[in-house]
Amino acid sequence: MTWKLVVIGAGMASGRMLEHLFEAGFDGHVTLFNAEPRGNYNRLMLSPVLSGEKTYDQIVTHDDAWYAARGVECRFGEAVVRIDRGRKVVVSQRGETPYDVLVIATGSAPFMIPVAGRDLPGVVTYRDLDDTNAMIAASGPGAKAVVIGGGLLGLEAAAGMAARGAEVTVIHLMGHLMERQLDPAAGYLLQRDLEARGIRVHCKGATKAILGKGRVEAVLLEDGTVYDADLVCMAVGIRPEIRIATDARLDIGRGITVDDQMRTSDPSIFALGECVEHDKQLFGLVAPLYDQARVLAATLMGQEAAFRPVQTATKLKVTGVDLFSAGDFAGAPGREDIVFRDPGRGVYKRLVVEDDRLIGAVMYGDTADGAWFFDKIRTGEDVSAIRDTLIFGPAFQGGASADPLAAVAALPPEAEICGCNGVCKGRIVTAIEGGASTLDAVRTATKASASCGTCTGLVEQVMALTLGDGFTANANPPMCKCTDHTHEDVRRLIKAGGLKSIPAVMQELGWKTVGGCASCRPALNYYLLADWPLDYRDDRQSRFVNERNHANIQKDGTYSVVPRMWGGVTTPAELRAIADAADKYAVPMVKVTGGQRIDLLGVRKEDLPAIWSDLNAAGMVSGHAYAKGLRTVKTCVGSEFCRFGTQDSTGLGIKLEKLLWGSWTPAKVKLGVSGCPRNCAEATCKDIGVVCVDSGYQISVAGAAGMDVKETELLVTVATEDEAMEVIAAFTQLYRENARYLHRIYKWVAKVGLDWCRAQIVDPAIRRALYDRFMLSQSIHQADPWAAYAERPVDWQPVADLRLRAAE
Amino acid sequence: MTMIDVAALDDIPRDGARVVRTPQGCIAIFRIADDRVFALDDRCPHKGGPLSEGIVHGAQVTCPLHGMVFDLATGLAQGGDEARVATYAARVESGRVYLDADFMARRSAA
Ligand code: SRM
Ligand SMILES: Cc1cc2nc3c(=O)[nH]c(=O)nc-3n(C[C@H](O)[C@H](O)[C@H](O)COP(=O)(O)OP(=O)(O)OC[C@H]3O[C@@H](n4cnc5c(N)ncnc54)[C@H](O)[C@@H]3O)c2cc1C
Ligand code: SF4
Ligand code: FES
Repeated sequence: MTWKLVVIGAGMASGRMLEHLFEAGFDGHVTLFNAEPRGNYNRLMLSPVLSGEKTYDQIVTHDDAWYAARGVECRFGEAVVRIDRGRKVVVSQRGETPYDVLVIATGSAPFMIPVAGRDLPGVVTYRDLDDTNAMIAASGPGAKAVVIGGGLLGLEAAAGMAARGAEVTVIHLMGHLMERQLDPAAGYLLQRDLEARGIRVHCKGATKAILGKGRVEAVLLEDGTVYDADLVCMAVGIRPEIRIATDARLDIGRGITVDDQMRTSDPSIFALGECVEHDKQLFGLVAPLYDQARVLAATLMGQEAAFRPVQTATKLKVTGVDLFSAGDFAGAPGREDIVFRDPGRGVYKRLVVEDDRLIGAVMYGDTADGAWFFDKIRTGEDVSAIRDTLIFGPAFQGGASADPLAAVAALPPEAEICGCNGVCKGRIVTAIEGGASTLDAVRTATKASASCGTCTGLVEQVMALTLGDGFTANANPPMCKCTDHTHEDVRRLIKAGGLKSIPAVMQELGWKTVGGCASCRPALNYYLLADWPLDYRDDRQSRFVNERNHANIQKDGTYSVVPRMWGGVTTPAELRAIADAADKYAVPMVKVTGGQRIDLLGVRKEDLPAIWSDLNAAGMVSGHAYAKGLRTVKTCVGSEFCRFGTQDSTGLGIKLEKLLWGSWTPAKVKLGVSGCPRNCAEATCKDIGVVCVDSGYQISVAGAAGMDVKETELLVTVATEDEAMEVIAAFTQLYRENARYLHRIYKWVAKVGLDWCRAQIVDPAIRRALYDRFMLSQSIHQADPWAAYAERPVDWQPVADLRLRAAE
Repeated sequence: MTMIDVAALDDIPRDGARVVRTPQGCIAIFRIADDRVFALDDRCPHKGGPLSEGIVHGAQVTCPLHGMVFDLATGLAQGGDEARVATYAARVESGRVYLDADFMARRSAA
């Protein structure tokens, strides 16, 4: 008697299983059900079909002749709706079919996020040929498509539709694309490549609703953004298709539970593919499914075989995008990262080594060595002997090293190197090629680095690149151990290269570590925030504790809170609110500070949001007494009360503080305004000082009274308050745009020279432009942090309290 | 080992930490960029700085008070400093963070 094998699902796994079975001489009768109205085809290749690189006919793996030759009874377009285990039959539209052995290979079903509008016509998933055809039909030139989900499938869908001329937007919930396979650096490169193909990428985007009357018209995000859409493809994940197995009361977890032989809890029923769970693990790539197919065929033929999941590697099938990810690439203790970045070629490689074994690899841009690394991961061989050169792959066992000049080499000729004089890389190269072989000669020929001088390092790098060995650049100390570049070079390269995120900077400038360190992260966060006020979003985790918590940490872990007291002037109502807050939160010390403010010292972290909202309610905002930003404007009483006062120094101090507060700067900025040269506000030892005189305002800068003590130097004298305000805002902006992180104004001026600063400020056009840029930045950053953070007080509490539990 | 559910993973910012209060003092639960979690005493062995407030980079944290750097898994000070912070087992399951509870018993017995 020939035995009856029934297979539910004609997918990748069952197709391979049938091949092995017939090759091994199987002579039973096979009935093959498939919900799709077609037989086995190569599902992976739907992406090339979508992009137009292949046709459906080219991806069919088993045609009618193949089934006929093996006597397979095809029941395509017919879903099995029930399994009757007692009577050993499956039930489908056309009735019952008996089995001796049943194989469930139903794959997965795409997951839909439960948002309004998901049932509208025009919303598709990406799983089968019908989905693919729907996308092809909707993605001609001019069509607008939105893909929800920036994982493997979503991106293949996006690239495919873009290749057909559609305008595609990808909405991804996480901070970078394909976060399960890629780290932020590789995710950044991928996004850059997709954007270069005209695909818009919106990360950190949560879909709120799909809009449309009778048909999809747009997608609305939680942040209020709306993207028009003729078609929406939802590719947010898959779930094992286990409905019939659940109804048949087979053991299930997240998938149908199987043992090493692919047997379910019913000895006559087997399962394989994405619908199974083996040893608590699910499967979403074909490689392990092929192993399952081999094991199941052997089992059915009465041979011994056992399924052992192996590591799988991921590639994205988008023509022209080269990425590779395998193993466990998560950074973790005891693990070491080996990083290689070649900004010029857009290459990023990262290997993760643990206990002298390679355990993970992420690569972008150059994946030629992927297989070699993958092999090392699988075999777990000891790599300590070749560790130093491992990252260069099999070809380079001599060892190249990352090129510190690569970032500059990668810049296009039109990239601006000298910001002061607007000199681009191309002009410098032309000058060098025209015979300028020393820095002075280049300066004379192009004016590059002839003004503030902060781009000298970059000009020297351009020279080193152009002249080769004939030139040795002065090595300035790099920013930190993560990079070879100086602070000044990093600042210029951020602007020249239009870099707008921390991963972008780290990749394009060849960072040697994966995520930077406690010294470069805050600096980069500041540079990006200062240079791209409209585009860059502050990274709170890259900030030092005081700025992250908007209060100054004390030696015992409590904080000090200093409300702003404009120009050092307060009112009885404010004093009352401060006194009330001090009582309510049992503040151990209330102190008058050296900067004319009142300091509440010793506040507990969990009380911060509450004390803030109390002070906010009384009309007070944060004094930023913790910030690399504007601190205080110290004033004297001035002409309003003092018999010697020449101008309203108190009033000007208040105006200046209201103009400048909230601005982030490379280091702290303190101002003083004195009403006459007696200088009771000590203005001449501040970062910026104003001394009022009969004829107007003497503005001097670059004083110091901390670790160094230094008198200010006169910048300009102006006649009116308005001019004084414009000069001071413009000068602050000049400092914000050019100084290195943590350099106070006096240190920066010592580098670039007061004459250069003055030249910028006295030129009305430059001054106005600086002022306008300052105000643009203030339109974003002049916001009270306390108001925002007080809204979620729980974030400031411990997440759990286990003290009670222990008492039980 | 008894594992207690102490938080949702999403309560802890990536590259950041939150604190769990225990009778023996606070424990900092760190979440690094790739969503792994680590639990350490929230007291720097140098002068008691709250490590939960440090800048997290890779699988290390820099103490906010005087800048000592610690490996999150071993608790060992890096870069030549001789010091160690106690570490506890912690893991993530289905979006929740679990912390080894036995340390409480061990500690009060010790
Ligand atoms: C509160 C205050 C002392 C006081 O009780 O009066 C104070 C307190 C601190 N100062 Fe100051 N400075 C205070 C006025 C000054 C002054 C005088 C002034 O502002 O008129 C100076 C000299 C001027 C100057 O800024 O250089 C001053 C020069 C410093 C320095 C040295 C800076 C330098 O570049 O040389 C530091 C260290 C630093 O910033 O890196 C510092 C740092 C500190 C820190 C923030 C130390 C820290 O990082 O934890 C102190 C915080 C104590 C706490 O726990 O809250 N403090 N500090 C004063 C607050 C002024 C205000 O109202 O905002
Ligand atoms: C567009 C796309 C690209 C992909 N690219 C890759 C890649 O590059 N690399 C990689 O490794 N993997 C890739 N995958 C994943 C891979 O295709 C799957 O892992 C694989 O197809 C799963 O095989 P399976 O046999 O378990 O399920 P499937 O191939 O999905 O087959 C299951 C079949 O069962 C049918 N079925 C379900 N329920 C019933 C029922 N009750 N009755 C009858 N029939 C039923 C379904 O209609 C379906 O045809 C890709 C997937 C997609 C959609
Ligand atoms: S001088 Fe400033 S930094 Fe030094 S102890 Fe006093 S407040 Fe602290
Ligand atoms: S308390 Fe941590 S370094 Fe001093």
